Amino acid sequence: MGLAKRIIPCLDVTAGRVVKGVNFVGLRDAGDPIEIARGYDEQGADELAFLDITASSDERDLMLHVVEKVAAQVFIPLTVGGGVRSVEDVRRLLNAGADKVSINTAAVQTPRLIADASARYGAQCIVVAVDARRVGEVGAPRWEVYTHGGRRATGIDALEWGRRMQQLGAGEILLTSMDRDGTRAGFDIELTRIFSDMLEIPVIASGGVGSLEHLVEGILRGHADAVLAASIFHYGEYTVRQAKEYMARRGIEVRL
Amino acid sequence: MTDIAVIDYGMGNLRSVAKAIEHVAPHLVVVVTSDPEVVDGAARVVFPGQGAMPDCMREMDARGLRAAVIEAARARPFLGICIGLQMLFESSEEGGIAGLALLPGKVRRFPAAAMIDAHGEKLKVPHMGWNEVHQSSAHPLWEGIPQASRFYFVHSYYVEAGDRGIVAGTSRYPFPFACAVAARNIFAVQFHPEKSHSAGLRLLANFLAWQPAHAARAAGAAIAESGER
Repeated sequence: MGLAKRIIPCLDVTAGRVVKGVNFVGLRDAGDPIEIARGYDEQGADELAFLDITASSDERDLMLHVVEKVAAQVFIPLTVGGGVRSVEDVRRLLNAGADKVSINTAAVQTPRLIADASARYGAQCIVVAVDARRVGEVGAPRWEVYTHGGRRATGIDALEWGRRMQQLGAGEILLTSMDRDGTRAGFDIELTRIFSDMLEIPVIASGGVGSLEHLVEGILRGHADAVLAASIFHYGEYTVRQAKEYMARRGIEVRL
Repeated sequence: MTDIAVIDYGMGNLRSVAKAIEHVAPHLVVVVTSDPEVVDGAARVVFPGQGAMPDCMREMDARGLRAAVIEAARARPFLGICIGLQMLFESSEEGGIAGLALLPGKVRRFPAAAMIDAHGEKLKVPHMGWNEVHQSSAHPLWEGIPQASRFYFVHSYYVEAGDRGIVAGTSRYPFPFACAVAARNIFAVQFHPEKSHSAGLRLLANFLAWQPAHAARAAGAAIAESGER
C-alpha cells in the first residue's frame, strides 16, 4: 500500500459565508464555513479547497478570517484560491493558515508570479488552477485556457500552459474542464489523462462530477492524483466517506 | 516561561504547527519565535520548515538561530518536521548544501527513473498526500497510533539515513524511505503531523508528554512550573 488518491470537497465562499451553486436549488446561503469544513473533516476529506468568489476588498479580508478560523480547528491541508494577484496575497493567505494557494488569472497575466511565489514559499504551496475549454475537434482535441472564472478566452493552449507552469515552479495543477463544470456529466477524461500523464507534478481533476462513478473514472481512466467535487457533497447526496468506500471497492487506494 | 518554541526562520506556514499544538495542549504556552534566547529558554522545541532546504539554512543563519537549534537538539525534547527533519542531516542534493550534521545521512531527490509503482504507473513528484507510515521501532511518540496509519506528506526530497538504528518509521514511494527518525531527545518526521488529522494530533500530544532519558533539562519540571502560574 502506498500513497492514497485524494478527495477534495470544494467550498465557494463569499462575504465570509459558504454559498451553494445557483444552478440546482437557487442561490442560497449554505452556512458557516467553519461548521461545513468541520463536517467534511469528520467525514474523512483529505484536503479542503476554499474558493473566494467575492469581488470587494472588504470581503477579501473576511476570507482571511475564515481561513484563520478553519485552520485553528481543522487539521488537514487547506487550499485557498480566488483573486490571488501577488506574492503578497500568497503570503497573507499562508499566514492566515492556508497550506496551498491556488492561482489562475494572475498566472496568465503575470507568469513570473508563479516563479516568484514558488521560489519564496516553495512549490509545495503553489497550485496553478487551469480552466480549460475544448476547442479542437473529435480525433484532434485541443483545449484553450480561460481566465476570470471561465469568462475570458486567452488563446493559450492548455497543454503547453500546463508544462510551462510546471517548469516555472507550480507544485500541483487544479485542472477544471469548463465544458463539464456544473453539468454533472463527469470529468473530461481525455483532458485529465493527457495532463496527468504529461506532467511530473500531481493533477487534481475538477469539473462535472455528478456521481461516485465519476470520481472513480477520474482516477482510473483520467489518471488524476486527486478529485475535487462540490455539489455531490454540498447537497448531502453522498458523504465523503461513502465516496471513499465506493472508490475502495473499485480497487482505488484511499485513506479510510 | 515558554513551554514550546516553534522556531520561525521565515519559511512557510507556522501558524498551522502552533495551532495544532495549542489544540492538543490548550494549557501550554506556545511561542512562534525567531529569537535565539526564546528558543534557549523553551522547555521543548519544534523545528519546522517548508520550501527549499538551501533557503531554509540561509534564513536560519541570517537570524542567528543555528547555535540555538543545535543546543536544543542536543539537550531538550526536539521535534523536526519536513525540512526541519532534512536539515538535521549531513548534506542535501537540493542545492548541494551541507546540513547541521546532527544525524548521519544524506537528503536525496526522488529519482525520476525509479518513480513507477507496482502497476507500472508513473508516480508524481512532489510526493503529495496521505501515505502509510510503518513504525519500525517502538517509541513514545508512536504511543496510541495504529501501525500503518496515514499521515500527510508533501516533499520532493527524502532522507537516506546513514545509520539504520535511527530510523523510527518508513513509508513507501515506491521504495521504502525513512519518514521518521529518533535519536536521544530528537524525533523528526518527513510528514506534517499538524496536517495529519487525529494521528498527527496524537503524535504532537505524545511529543508534549515525552520525557526522553537523554534530555539534559527536565522538560516535565518546566511544564509543571508553568501549570502553577
